[in-house]
Amino acid sequence: MSGTVKKVDGITKESTQAMIDRTLEAYPEKGRKKRAPHLAPNDPASGSACVRSNRKTVPGVMSARGCAYAGAKGVVWGPIRDMVHVSHGPVGCGWYSWGTRRNLMSGVNGVSSFAMQFTSDFQEKDIVYGGDKKLAVLLREAKELFPLAKGISVLSECPVGLIGDDINAVAKQMSKELDLPIIPCNCEGFRGVSQSLGHHISNDTIRDYVIETREFSEPETPYDIALIGEYNIGGDAWSTKPLLEECGFNVKATWTGDGQMEHIAATHKVKLNVIHCYRSMNYMCKVMEEKYGVPWIELNFFGPTKIKESLRKLAERFDDRIKENVEKVIARYEPRMQEVIEEVRPRLEGKKVMLYVGGLRPRHTVGAYEDLGMTVVGSGYEFAHSDDYDRTAPEMPDATVIYDDASEYELEQFVHDLKPDLVASGIKEKYLFQKMGLPFRQMHSWDYSGPYHGYKGFPIFARDIDMAINSPTWRLVKSPF
Amino acid sequence: MRQIAIYGKGGIGKSTTTQNTVAGLASLGKKVMIVGCDPKADSTRLILHAKAQATVMDLVRERGTVEDLELGDVLKTGYGDVKCVESGGPEPGVGCAGRGVITAINFLEENGAYTPDLDFVFYDVLGDVVCGGFAMPIRENKAEEIYIVCSGEMMAMYAANNIARGILKYAATGKVRLAGLICNSRNTDREADLIEALARRLGTQMIHFVPRHNQVQRAELRRMTVIEYSPEHVQAEEYRALAKKIAENKMLVVPTPLQMEELEELLMEFGIIADEDETKVGVAEAAA
Repeated sequence: MSGTVKKVDGITKESTQAMIDRTLEAYPEKGRKKRAPHLAPNDPASGSACVRSNRKTVPGVMSARGCAYAGAKGVVWGPIRDMVHVSHGPVGCGWYSWGTRRNLMSGVNGVSSFAMQFTSDFQEKDIVYGGDKKLAVLLREAKELFPLAKGISVLSECPVGLIGDDINAVAKQMSKELDLPIIPCNCEGFRGVSQSLGHHISNDTIRDYVIETREFSEPETPYDIALIGEYNIGGDAWSTKPLLEECGFNVKATWTGDGQMEHIAATHKVKLNVIHCYRSMNYMCKVMEEKYGVPWIELNFFGPTKIKESLRKLAERFDDRIKENVEKVIARYEPRMQEVIEEVRPRLEGKKVMLYVGGLRPRHTVGAYEDLGMTVVGSGYEFAHSDDYDRTAPEMPDATVIYDDASEYELEQFVHDLKPDLVASGIKEKYLFQKMGLPFRQMHSWDYSGPYHGYKGFPIFARDIDMAINSPTWRLVKSPF
Repeated sequence: MRQIAIYGKGGIGKSTTTQNTVAGLASLGKKVMIVGCDPKADSTRLILHAKAQATVMDLVRERGTVEDLELGDVLKTGYGDVKCVESGGPEPGVGCAGRGVITAINFLEENGAYTPDLDFVFYDVLGDVVCGGFAMPIRENKAEEIYIVCSGEMMAMYAANNIARGILKYAATGKVRLAGLICNSRNTDREADLIEALARRLGTQMIHFVPRHNQVQRAELRRMTVIEYSPEHVQAEEYRALAKKIAENKMLVVPTPLQMEELEELLMEFGIIADEDETKVGVAEAAA
């Protein structure tokens, strides 16, 4: 579908701009001026961002954003299963980021995976006297309790940065003492405008402390790739990794869903990096390209149309053996995907959906909804940058509304105007729209479902969307419009 | 109850002056409490004859949390029934000393250390108002009177002016006022005149000129105030005079801090610094 400009009946540049203007009217002048550039009608032909992004949230509006610590702990480090991840600071940050993203892990807990909550649990005395000594004690205890952990990450919460605890020095010294990689990540929550800086800081930390510190034990092959920006939400990596292996690739490492530190550390040896979530991991892809000459390719594993496109695009980089394999794999799964579409599409044809999510889904899931006969009438990101919106422009229909760091009020107004049949967003938005009588899917963690990636994921995605929209429950709720 | 905070450049003699003055007030029959707000915890040793008092934060560290502390563990009574508390805090270079001051003062408030029988509470604060923690003693409902200890040395006067700036900021939103400069003499030229002049420019007074005397050191070696060690000594009389002036002081002002140029002019006027010769600025001795 991409390449042609998609249209939606009743949505024009003028109608969308009028809707945005009406929404902005509620703000005081200063806020209106600040928010206006973050909201715009899409211009697919331009192929570039139509909104401003990666700016400080306007004070007073309800934002769905997270913080740098959330980006580091929740997104990049947390899913690495063979490491102990220490939330350094008071207990809350670690506790509330524990497993909430549903980045699933294989392995035996405490032996080959460590899906536990480790925190230095700061008290007043640790603020006043510094937490560095406590950190050293904690690291020794972690090594003693979990001798099979391959490393320890130390993730700074806000107070650590405020009191100037030197976690880097402690990590260096303890790394020597314990003969174990101990990786300090200065991801204090107050840094930056959103969780996005946490991703960047974590990528830089991987660059400085992890990459190139290991080699793969098996001999190199021309089909060695790594899967980057795949976080195994609801088991996504357990769909994409086998799919790529079926195509003949050796997936040497996944970053970081169900990931292993020692594989991540050797990724500079692969032939190609396949990146799914560009926003959170493009930094390391670029580092590996510049420093080790590893090229990278951005793919999309949502819905049969995009999967097929992506696999072919990937095969182009390899020999005929891979190209043949890819065609065989597509031929093997397409009939099953068609069955799913034939079953579900009649119930979803023409339904409208509004998206507001995080790193890649506001653009990557568009194709999957379209496979089901649905139209995406609005999309936006919490913490994207301009290059994400550049990539979004051609995926979204012409003149549909694009919103950056949207507030709950703005989303509510757009929903009133656009009357979508489904809102796909986060937990903070979920109950607002369900109370309005609207079907909703929590699309950060797949709403307790998943996987949604790959051929294994699409039937589940289709079932969930069908279930959400066509549930008889909604007939019992009176919609306000 | 009058709450008083003592600020001033590091090493100027805040703790010595505070304790001798408090001893003077005690000898006049006043009930006083000293709250040491400096991680070095040396604000009460002359009153308690102790090397170092157990501080609020030290006990918090030892016992785990501030909730595990009793007032009696940290509130000691010394010479002249003066009550003494030290906030305590980390060694230099780690943690957050400011938070230590906040934690300690909150603890004292919550546990009823500010009893109505007290006439004065003195906060002996580390140097300057470097962060929110060291401004804790002059926040709402705490010290409303500030004395700055200074001398005729240039850096002490710079510091005094900077502290006045800090007070100005807090005076705009609260009741905190500058009550005077205490000149702790270093025997510099025309020292009293100079501090008088500085005080005038700041809109305040030099409340007392404390002459330099070795008797202070002799008393300190015995961990005592001069007032207790040698009550008849001339230096003891000076501290009693200062105590009396503070007890009777009604001159509380919003300070008018000087611009840097004005301060330098003042120093030039008194011959502390020479007229600036721009051709000499940044030129090393060997190159001159």
